[in-house]
Amino acid sequence: MLTIENLHAKVDGKHILNGIDLDVKAGEVHAIMGPNGSGKSTLSSVIGGNEDYLITKGTMLFDGIDLSELDAESRAHLGVFLSFQYPVEIPGVTVTNFIKTAINATRKAKGLEDTSSSELLKKIREKSKLLNIESKFLSRSLNEGFSGGEKKRNEIFQMLMLEPKLAILDETDSGLDIDALKIVANGVNKFRTKKNAVVLITHYQRLLDYIVPDFVHVLFEGIIVKSGTKELAHDLEDKGYDWVKDLI
Amino acid sequence: MELKEKLLSSYIAFEERIDLSDSIHKTRTDALKIFEKNGFPSRKDESWKYTSLSSILQEDYALFPNSETTIELRQVKKYFLYDTDTYKVIFIDGVYSPFLSDTTHNGLDVCLMSSALTKPKFRSLIKSYFNKSIPKEDSLSALNTSYALEGVFIYIPKNIIAEKPIEIIHFASGNEKSLWLQPRNLIVVDKGAQVQIIERHQSLKEHPVVTNSVTEVYSHENSKVDWYKLQNDLVSASLIDNTYIVQQKNSEVSLHTFSLGGKLVRNNLNYFQKGENVCSILKGVTILRGKEHVDHSTLVHHEQPYCESHQDYKGVFSEKSIGVFNGKILVDKNAQKTNAFQQNNNILLDDKSTVNTKPQLEIFADDVKCSHGCTVGQLDNKALFYLRSRGIPIKEAKGLLTYAFANNVLESVKLPSLKKRINNQIANKLGVSLGFEL
Repeated sequence: MLTIENLHAKVDGKHILNGIDLDVKAGEVHAIMGPNGSGKSTLSSVIGGNEDYLITKGTMLFDGIDLSELDAESRAHLGVFLSFQYPVEIPGVTVTNFIKTAINATRKAKGLEDTSSSELLKKIREKSKLLNIESKFLSRSLNEGFSGGEKKRNEIFQMLMLEPKLAILDETDSGLDIDALKIVANGVNKFRTKKNAVVLITHYQRLLDYIVPDFVHVLFEGIIVKSGTKELAHDLEDKGYDWVKDLI
Repeated sequence: MELKEKLLSSYIAFEERIDLSDSIHKTRTDALKIFEKNGFPSRKDESWKYTSLSSILQEDYALFPNSETTIELRQVKKYFLYDTDTYKVIFIDGVYSPFLSDTTHNGLDVCLMSSALTKPKFRSLIKSYFNKSIPKEDSLSALNTSYALEGVFIYIPKNIIAEKPIEIIHFASGNEKSLWLQPRNLIVVDKGAQVQIIERHQSLKEHPVVTNSVTEVYSHENSKVDWYKLQNDLVSASLIDNTYIVQQKNSEVSLHTFSLGGKLVRNNLNYFQKGENVCSILKGVTILRGKEHVDHSTLVHHEQPYCESHQDYKGVFSEKSIGVFNGKILVDKNAQKTNAFQQNNNILLDDKSTVNTKPQLEIFADDVKCSHGCTVGQLDNKALFYLRSRGIPIKEAKGLLTYAFANNVLESVKLPSLKKRINNQIANKLGVSLGFEL
């Protein structure tokens, strides 16, 4: 589904990614771990199409389509979803209206009619129940005054509503207490099918107790220095990131 | 002939049309002398540094419409708050339209200035209030006063709460090649009374129109006034709005100005706090493109202690549009414990648009809280990326963020149907379909 080869990228003239190789197939969950400043968030921004980042070398194909040629909204229309570490607050636009706008924008790009209100409502009920989201929450302004946990839950809610093919979850576990973490993980697990894929970007191993990855990659100084299965995450937890430095 | 000359020499023609014995005629002729002496303001005047009237003074305007124009309701229905029951005072080319209006003398007076000037019942109100709030040397207001005849007269008696909002609409039909309008409004809200007013100026065809409007509002003890100015006119229409608000003890007057269109708009909004515990609220959203120019010049004069004023103006500018905000807060020595707040935030959507923002605080009391802040910035790229990553195209994403930026001003609109209307107008102005009813 997503094939990244020798990807180099920079921001503000600084080289952050220095040759990433990653192959994500449908049905898989990949975890990308690494110390602060290793390039984890840059990788998600580059896949998502943030124009502040410049790809200097390498390729990034999504179902055979070169993502680097597309703007962020077109990538979303293809089915790429990014869950943000710091979602943006939009006063005056409710969660429901925002999701409706996003869903209809994608439908429009595909030449489809707007979704009907009753269909949307049904889906909202179903998905919000999965995440223990109260209906009051849905009529609040998007992310405005949300707690850290509410923001993350709202990101996962949007993912469930938009049903992307590839979901990249950037530090979705940060700032969550254990109960909230379980709810968010449950949402992600319910989302998984044989046709979609998830890339988890995380600093800590604890999220992986609840969302079990097929592959774990360790990112360091803009390169994947080690890949393995879920046991690798445990090794990292035990030995710390200093151990990674010795691998190079 | 220069416009100033024309306005002076046409005065005889004006006098032939009116009743010279009415009680304000001396005030008119005195005002004409002030205009004759001062003329139109130029950029040499400190308060007109960023706004030049020269582009609208070249035309040979008709000062009196040649013929009466009738308009079918269906032609203009969209400009009314048709889903809310309102009193309506409607003018076409400066002439009252009884057919489109819905006035009253039942418990409160919502009628015409021309009739208030002649009816004995209103004589003492006119004598007490007409032109009493206006600084003598203000040339544009003096020009309006000299030709004062038609406009809206509203009197809300003691403890009366006007059940219905009042809509004031000035249509320009386009039947005159070009037109100079000078409506004159007087609103007296007696002790404990309340009223909501919506005012707009609307051209129906693209032709040069300048409206030099003067409104005096007297808000007595414990009264409450909500005023909404909708400025979304065609690019051929200009407006100079001179509004003077005099507040007595414990009164609250809030005024929203939504400036979404027009060639040149100048809002001279003046508040005078004459009693204690007064609250003055001034809010505005300005969204411009093309060559539109909107200037908000506000004055809040704190003359008494324990009063508040809140100013919050948001501006969004694109293409070659120009915005000006000049906010003056004057706190007299006597006005201790004043709480004056002023904020002006602006977004420039591209590099050709301009905004000039200038807070001006003159504080002579020593125990006051005054804060002011102005910002000029751009839309946040991170926020844009967030919306685009959800599949929302860049144009709509910018529209949503702009809407969010102006939202806190919109939120304070108290009439739901009006709020919805303004939301839709803003979406239109931003050129986006937001995909939902805001």
